[in-house]
Amino acid sequence: MAELNSKVPKGPLTSKWSHYKDHQNLVNPSNKRKLDIIIVGTGLAGSAAAASLGEMGFNVKIFCYQDSPRRAHSIAAQGGINAAKNYPNDGDSIYRLFYDTIKGGDYRARESNVYRLAEVSNNIIDQCVAQGVPFAREYGGSLENRSFGGAQVSRTFFARGQTGQQLLLGSYGALSRQIKLGTVKLYDRHEMMDVVLVDGKARGIIARDLVTGKLERHFGHAVVIATGGYGNVFYLSTNAMGSNTSAIWQIFKKGAWFANPCFTQIHPTCIPVHGDYQSKLTLMSESLRNDGRIWVPKRKEDAEAHRQGKLKANDITEENRDYFLERRYPAFGNLVPRDVASRAAKERCDAGFGAGSTGLAVFLDFRESIGRLGKHVIEERYGNLFQMYEKIVDENPYENPMMIYPAVHYTMGGTWVDYELQTSVTGLFAAGEANFSDHGANRLGASALMQGLADGYFVLPYTIQNYLAGEIRVARMSTDKAEFAEAERGVQTRLEKLMAVKGTRSVDHFHKELGKIMWEYVGMARNEAGLKKAIELIRKLRAEFWKDVKIPGTMQELNTELEKANRVADFLELGELLAYDALNRNESCGGHFREEYQTDEGECKRNDEDYKYVAAWEYKAEGEFILHKEPLDYEEIEVKQRVYK
Amino acid sequence: MDLTLKIWRQKDAKSAGKFVTYPLKNISPNCSFLEMLDILNEQLIQKTEEPVVFDHDCREGICGMCSLYINGRPHGPDDAVTACQLHMRKFSNGDTIVIEPWRARPFPVIKDLMVDRSAFDKIIQEGGYISVNTGGAAEANNILVGRENSELAMDAAACIGCGACVAACKNASAMLFVSAKVSQFALLPQGQVEAKQRVKKMVRMMDELGFGNCTNTYACEAECPKLISRSNIARMNREFMCAKVI
Repeated sequence: MAELNSKVPKGPLTSKWSHYKDHQNLVNPSNKRKLDIIIVGTGLAGSAAAASLGEMGFNVKIFCYQDSPRRAHSIAAQGGINAAKNYPNDGDSIYRLFYDTIKGGDYRARESNVYRLAEVSNNIIDQCVAQGVPFAREYGGSLENRSFGGAQVSRTFFARGQTGQQLLLGSYGALSRQIKLGTVKLYDRHEMMDVVLVDGKARGIIARDLVTGKLERHFGHAVVIATGGYGNVFYLSTNAMGSNTSAIWQIFKKGAWFANPCFTQIHPTCIPVHGDYQSKLTLMSESLRNDGRIWVPKRKEDAEAHRQGKLKANDITEENRDYFLERRYPAFGNLVPRDVASRAAKERCDAGFGAGSTGLAVFLDFRESIGRLGKHVIEERYGNLFQMYEKIVDENPYENPMMIYPAVHYTMGGTWVDYELQTSVTGLFAAGEANFSDHGANRLGASALMQGLADGYFVLPYTIQNYLAGEIRVARMSTDKAEFAEAERGVQTRLEKLMAVKGTRSVDHFHKELGKIMWEYVGMARNEAGLKKAIELIRKLRAEFWKDVKIPGTMQELNTELEKANRVADFLELGELLAYDALNRNESCGGHFREEYQTDEGECKRNDEDYKYVAAWEYKAEGEFILHKEPLDYEEIEVKQRVYK
Repeated sequence: MDLTLKIWRQKDAKSAGKFVTYPLKNISPNCSFLEMLDILNEQLIQKTEEPVVFDHDCREGICGMCSLYINGRPHGPDDAVTACQLHMRKFSNGDTIVIEPWRARPFPVIKDLMVDRSAFDKIIQEGGYISVNTGGAAEANNILVGRENSELAMDAAACIGCGACVAACKNASAMLFVSAKVSQFALLPQGQVEAKQRVKKMVRMMDELGFGNCTNTYACEAECPKLISRSNIARMNREFMCAKVI
């Protein structure tokens, strides 16, 4: 496993994917029935892949920790999904979507994967419409688009502020149809604990039935991990409470390399933190930046007065407002990409212009657009978001500007995969947010849904077949095999070890402490000294965790504290790798901002000479990782400084 | 604020449950309801007692996982929100809050406040989709959908499958849930081909699983966190009658 082989097909960029499909190996229908595929996770990537592979005739087993596949966190995506349909006739094309995505990712994504993503984007919209996804429509009945950050065209399809929900319910419907037909078997309230390798190939998983606590062995000719991102390593994030890194961390320990862990996305428009009891952060969709203007007071004394509750935002006059995104980035204005908007907000707050009781908030103001379009238009576009804001903050955003602040939202890094979405372990695949491949150092808005569905509907069903064509002679294996027994024993031992600690502090205590370290030193701005300190602190915290964590109850029953402890144990290891990767990358790019590497204007200073590569880490031992580099060669695109001015 | 909580505790599906009273002090009014339960659980863990088990995940009102019956109302006293978006400012200092699981025969209790809602998945598996394979779709704009129907379909599709409608109904009827899915597809051209089979199969499964009949009290609509309209039930009844008769 010394060489990284990304298996990018030869030939011109625009025909790589069609060439691949024309020449790949296929499995005939009678053999498909004999092949089992395990899919972990029921979000867009997992459910779309399971449905598609089931339709093709494979036997699929799908697992989720929630009570139903429909709960996966893809459901929470608000704003939309990108595609290069060019319905508004504003100059969009597959090439432009590809270009914007590469540029948006600050030239740290694999060109061939991104081009394929842009290519299949249009099929996704067709598929979803056929499924009955109620996208927004024009009065003539055709599909409506809106604009999103990082693009100068309107290519985002949406279903009010619930696009993720509607797309997930579409793929959940397709999955449900296959469950009924018997091609897919669903295991809900099950958590994957480990992957099982036989002769170096992935051949199954160990899962825990969360209701009974029993460990189960499941065989598959191939295994797909579609368990989402690892943003909860920061404790507070926009992820669901159960979102975790355990699946991708366990496969990492079994040989699936982890790429670019330091590429994490901080979303600019979230509801600010309000108290130490807080369990999660709520996103306000990027689409709001279409009509909302972001500002802080121009005068420090006004910001100070607002923090003390002596001055209301509406009483600050127009000339005393600093629309800092419009000022700094006139070409893109409020619609600059997320990393740029987040850093600009942090810069203003750090300089003393922040609002709200903590001083860590900026305004998102709809006064002008309400004046221009009328309240009813804003209500139609963003009604559910405004309602959500009012319920949480107890303030009416139609009358007072929203207060927002950046928060951890998405992780571009993830399991390293080749062009076929296969990890560095044969027969083990990773799809959706769980893999690293398409977003480089920063993801553009409305591209996560696109990637999840692209992987699930249109990429994996082809590429996994290419692998399985070579496995048709492999009979179903008994799970009594030594490899399964050994993997189960490993899981059993780990859980026993957790239960045996019987310490004094709760799992949440450790998770919150980890989150504080991560946000402070590995958050929006990083530097060498801070990262070194973070590594030291995480190691110390991890040692404490294994000495002092307290888990009531037993292993042989439903035990939510044990579930959390198992996940936090993995976050405590991942946090270290994340800091390690950030320390290794001596440049600023996308969501990774190293204070030592910035221009005079405070923008990212990339170092293409030394860091134009994917950092793929191999697990050696706890706290010991080996770096492998996949060079990023751009054939089609000229690598430039990313400018939104 | 200081509160008294009366919480349903039940070891597992087979054991009998009971209410247990817990005093809880110093809760911020800005705390969410589930964060208030987190604080209680932290205190229980410190006393080496088992924390209260409840379903939750996204905590932003969209995944549909949280399912608490609070002071006799699904998702509690606020309108149009799930329990995860309910905030303690809706309560007063000194309040006693009674917290129960959804109570309906098709939703058996798993532990404490957690129930099994896989019956909803079974209903969807009967026909809560359009049967189209991946890759077989036509160009999206070939299917035109009038804005009015598209908006109504979206209103129905907003259902999060939490089960509050069943919990609120004295008959444990799932009519609001089922009719929301039936309506979404009945309103769209894509849904027409399978419309008759869909409504018949879904209704049959709903009955088989033990959900009760609708007796038009509309408690479901009143308690729905996503404001799903009862007119969907009327639409489903019409679809069902047509499917049976024609």
